[in-house]
Amino acid sequence: MRDLGIKVLFQGINFFRLLEGLWVTVKISLISVVLSALLGIVLGMIMTIQNPVIKAVTKIYLEFIRIMPQLVLLFLVYFGITKAFGIHLSGELSAVIVFTLWGTAEMADLVRGALTSIAKSQYEAALSIGLTMKQTYFYIIIPQAMRRLLPQAINLVTRMIKTTSLIVLIGVVEVVKVGQQIIDANRLTAPSAALWIYGLIFFMYFIVCYPISILSRKLEKLWSS
Amino acid sequence: MDLGFIQKYYPLYIEAGVLTLRIAIIGIAGSFVVGLLTSLIRYYKLPVLKRIAGIYIELSRNTPLLIQLFFLYFGLPKIGIMLSSEVCAIIGLIFLGGSYMSEAYRSGMESVGAGQIDAGLSIGLKKHQIFWYIILPQAISVSVPAFAANTIFLIKETSVFSAVALADLMFVAKDLIGLYYRTDEALLMLVIAYLIILLPISAAFSLLERRLRYAGFGN
Repeated sequence: MRDLGIKVLFQGINFFRLLEGLWVTVKISLISVVLSALLGIVLGMIMTIQNPVIKAVTKIYLEFIRIMPQLVLLFLVYFGITKAFGIHLSGELSAVIVFTLWGTAEMADLVRGALTSIAKSQYEAALSIGLTMKQTYFYIIIPQAMRRLLPQAINLVTRMIKTTSLIVLIGVVEVVKVGQQIIDANRLTAPSAALWIYGLIFFMYFIVCYPISILSRKLEKLWSS
Repeated sequence: MDLGFIQKYYPLYIEAGVLTLRIAIIGIAGSFVVGLLTSLIRYYKLPVLKRIAGIYIELSRNTPLLIQLFFLYFGLPKIGIMLSSEVCAIIGLIFLGGSYMSEAYRSGMESVGAGQIDAGLSIGLKKHQIFWYIILPQAISVSVPAFAANTIFLIKETSVFSAVALADLMFVAKDLIGLYYRTDEALLMLVIAYLIILLPISAAFSLLERRLRYAGFGN
């Protein structure tokens, strides 16, 4: 019975269908990652401005997004916004909106942390040797901030890919959904398919995320000295 | 917004919230234990076990909880291992949380200088005494921010339990949306329920962190 199950993985185009499903997941995370990186850098820089109103607004945004489970945010957008405004949002679009909102909050906090970690003396030293403000940022501040930011930002990418697994719960046809279809289609011929399919999906996620985690760790070690 | 609807159905959320919290507490306590064991194995570089712990941590940190749960709940019964959704949820949370807690302990343990261990040995402490009286207390106080972040992360992760048929907060919300089409009320109660659970915990941890900063050792 067990060897019948594993055959399902290689029957026909099953394996390719799973890969296609995985691509949907990765694509949605990549789009959200790019959008969050851009918006997060801008928001992070805004957050360093010393203004009580800006501080309060960004803090509320950050706290709310980060304290809510991502699945709740998905429900809020997918079910809540569609009903409140009477518009139809596809699962994919809702996912991109939610992960961008969440990723921007996380990214902004990393950027703010990296920028404020640079000692004031660095600015002063740069200005005292006659660099302009623009030069100070380009040659002194940004290179140092990058070293702190990049490992953590790459780590955020793996978190976003893992979190994207939730979108099956709002009806997006991605790798888990394809897996469920294959399991259902082979329920009679290969009853143990679920074990192999979910096992394979587990390793697919691992193979996508593991190299990214290693890269993040390597960079952190390289730049920590 | 229908207040009558909220009044009628909010007890369902309380019930679900209590269930979520109960599983979270067991799962997080288990994560602390698994995390301590694996970090000890890695700290003392025990042969073979060190390898296994390393593989476990990489697998757990680089895969989503939802897929781990699906494997436990839908996959394992095919080889005769039947687990209830509650047991699956607890095992899944410990599997995920153990590796995060392990990393938190480890960064704390590594922050304890070699000089302190030498000092402990030179006054005649045994290896296990050095661990209990010198390394662990300092490691824990260094790791508190990481523990706090992990605890909140794990409570948030419990929201995926509805996918393995556990009647948690998400499950109730989805049910009310599906049965009565009361999306606004169901989602409002959902958000409030999570705020009630998570805000006090988050506030308590930031207080704790602020107090612990004064309790730094050495410097």
